[in-house]
Amino acid sequence: MNNPLLRGLTQSRYSRRDAMRVAGFSAAGLALAACGVQGQKAAPPKASEVADFWSTQKKNGQVVFANWPEYMPEDQGPLKKFQQATGISYEYKEVIQENADFFGKSEPQLRAGQPLGYDIIVMTNGLQLAKMITLGYLVALDHKQLPNFAANAGAKYKNPSFDPNNQFTIPWQAGVTGIAYNTKYVKEDITSIQSLFDKKYEGKVGMMADAQEIANFAMFAVGVDPDKSTQADWEKAGAKLAEQRDSGVVRKYYDQSYIDAVAKGDIWLSQAWSGDVFQRQLAGEPVKFVVPAEGGTIWVDNMAIPKGAANPVDALMLMDFMYQPEIAAELTEYIQYVTPVPGVQAILAAKDDKDAKALAESPLIFPTDDDYAKLRSYKTLTAAEETVFNGIFQSITQG
Amino acid sequence: MGRRAPYWLALPGWLWLGIFLVVPIAAMASVSLTTGNLIEGFAQTLSVSNYSDAIAKYSTQLVRSLVYGGVATLLMLLLGYPVAYWIAFKGGSRKSMYLFLLLLPFFVSFVLRTISWGFLLADDGILFGTLKGWGVLPTDFHVLATTVAVIGGLVYNFLPFMILPIYVALERVDPRVIEAAYDLYASRFDAFRRVVLPLSLPGVFAGVLMTFVPATADPVNAAVLGGTGNTMIGNIIQTEYLVNSNYPTASALSFTLMAVLLIGIFIYARTLGTDNVLEAAAR
Repeated sequence: MNNPLLRGLTQSRYSRRDAMRVAGFSAAGLALAACGVQGQKAAPPKASEVADFWSTQKKNGQVVFANWPEYMPEDQGPLKKFQQATGISYEYKEVIQENADFFGKSEPQLRAGQPLGYDIIVMTNGLQLAKMITLGYLVALDHKQLPNFAANAGAKYKNPSFDPNNQFTIPWQAGVTGIAYNTKYVKEDITSIQSLFDKKYEGKVGMMADAQEIANFAMFAVGVDPDKSTQADWEKAGAKLAEQRDSGVVRKYYDQSYIDAVAKGDIWLSQAWSGDVFQRQLAGEPVKFVVPAEGGTIWVDNMAIPKGAANPVDALMLMDFMYQPEIAAELTEYIQYVTPVPGVQAILAAKDDKDAKALAESPLIFPTDDDYAKLRSYKTLTAAEETVFNGIFQSITQG
Repeated sequence: MGRRAPYWLALPGWLWLGIFLVVPIAAMASVSLTTGNLIEGFAQTLSVSNYSDAIAKYSTQLVRSLVYGGVATLLMLLLGYPVAYWIAFKGGSRKSMYLFLLLLPFFVSFVLRTISWGFLLADDGILFGTLKGWGVLPTDFHVLATTVAVIGGLVYNFLPFMILPIYVALERVDPRVIEAAYDLYASRFDAFRRVVLPLSLPGVFAGVLMTFVPATADPVNAAVLGGTGNTMIGNIIQTEYLVNSNYPTASALSFTLMAVLLIGIFIYARTLGTDNVLEAAAR
C-alpha cells in the first residue's frame, strides 16, 4: 500500500540537527521577549506636581483635536471662531470610531511614553477611559484655566463618579441609549424594554455588541439598577439575553452600523444612541427614538489631554472655549446630543428658527428631572470584576 | 561585490523578515505564556494553561472558523477551477482583459467591498426587495446575518486568489501534451483527468493555501455579514486584544490557530502526494 498520508506522517524528513536548530532559535526568541509586559498603574498625581507641570507650559499657537465622526458642524464653525478669538491654529481629526479600538491601538504607544500626536482626545465614560486614568495616561487638568467650564457646565456634568472633581476630563457631549424603531414596520408605540424581547419581532431586533450597553438593558429588563448590581444580577441578565438570542429574536449584535440597519428595515427596532436617530429624522427617514419606561443609559463623552501632548495649554483653551453658551448652542444645533451646558436651552428657544425652538423643547436633548431619574450610567468595574462581567456578556454577543 | 552581490541584495529582505516577522512572533510566543492584567502588568509565568483555557473557552468558534474556511475553500475551488480553465484555454487574445476584470475589485478596499455586499443583500434592498415585490420570495426571506452570508462573503472576497494560481498552472500546460493524450486514444475526460488535472495540482495547492488560511482567520465577513452564532476565531482574537486587553489569551489563540492551520496544510500537502509540492507551487 502506498498511502502518501501515512508515508508523509511516518517518514522522518528532518534530521535531529534541524530540530535542535529550530529549538535554539525559539529559545533565543523567548529569552529576548521574556520580560513580559510591565504594569503601569500610576499613583494619582499630587497637587504640587500638577501645578509644577502647568507652570512650565506655554501657549504654542497650535492644537490637534482627535474626535469621533459627525461630532462637529460640517463648516467647523466653533473651531473657526476659536481660531479667530485666540489666534491658535487647529487640526481637527475624526479618528476615533470606538473606545475599545482607540484604546487598544493607543495603549502600546502611551505605555512606551510616546506621544499620540493629539492634544485633545474624546472618550466615553466606560472601561477604557477608566483604564486611561488608572494607568496614568491622562494629564491632570488645570482648572484655573477653565473658567467657562466652572461658570457654565451643568451641575450634573461636574464631579462625575468616574472622574472625581473632573481631575482629568471635562464632558464634550452626553447622550442616551434607548430604543430606535422604524415606523414603517412597527405599528405600535414602543414604550417598554420588553419589546426588545418580544417573540413577535423574531429576527427583527438589533442589540449592541458592546458589553456595557447590552448589560445595562438586560438589567433594566430584569429590574436591576446597574449601579448597584452584583455578579448574581449579571448572571440573571446574561440568562435573559441568552434566552432572547436562542429564541431567535435578535438578528445581530451591532456596532455603529445598527442605525443603517434600522433605516433600511433589516431590523425593525434596536438599541440606539439618541443623536444618531435625530440626524436620521432630519434626513426624513421613518425612525423614532424612545427611552423605555424601565430605564435608559446615559453616557458622557469626555475631552482629555493624553500624556505627552505637545500643546497642553492650547488644548485647555480649546476645551474651555467650547463651554461658552453661544458656541455650545451652535454645536447642539448641529449634532443634537445632550449638551453639558444648560444655558444652551434658552439661547435655542430665543432663536427665530422653528427647528432650533423644537430642539429647545426636546426632552432628549434637554432631559427633565423626571427623565434623568430614569437614566442610569454604566457600572464602574474593577479589573477583576471586568473579567467576570466581560466573560458573561461577551459569551452572549460572541457565542 | 561580484559573486557576493546576490547575498548583499537579499540582505534587506532577510532583515525585514527578521525584524518584522521573527521578533514579533517570538514576542507573541512569550506573551502567550504570561499571566496578569493590563493594570498590574503581565508577568512571565510560563503558564501553558493559557492555551488549554483559551481552547476550552473558544473551541466552538475555532471549529466553526475551520468549517467556514473549509467550505468556502471548497466552493472557491469548484467555482474557480472552471473559470481558470476557461481563461487559460478559451480566453484567446483577451486573456489579460479577463485577468484584469478578475482583479478589478481589488481597487476597492476589502472592508468596503464587504459592506457593499451588505447593501446589495439588504432584506428590502435592490435585490431582495424587488424579488419580494414580485412575490418570488416570501417577505421574511433574508440572507444577511446568516451562515450563508458569511461563507458567501468569504468566497467572494478570496475567489481571485484561488483562480490566479490555478490559471498560472494551466497556462503552462503544453498543448502538445494534451494532443499526445488524444493520439494515445484518451477521451476528452481522460485527457483532463490524467494529464491536465495532475499538471495543474501545484496551482490548486497554492490556491487552497492562499484562500483557506486567510478565510479561516478572517474577522471582517463574520462581523459585517454575520448574525448571532456566526462569530469566527478572528473576531475573538480581535476582542481579546483590543477590547479586553487580554494579551496572553489573544496570543495563545493566535498561536493555536497558526498551529492548527499549519498541521492542516501539512496533512493536505502529504495527501496530495507531492513531496515537494511547495517548491512546485513556487516554481
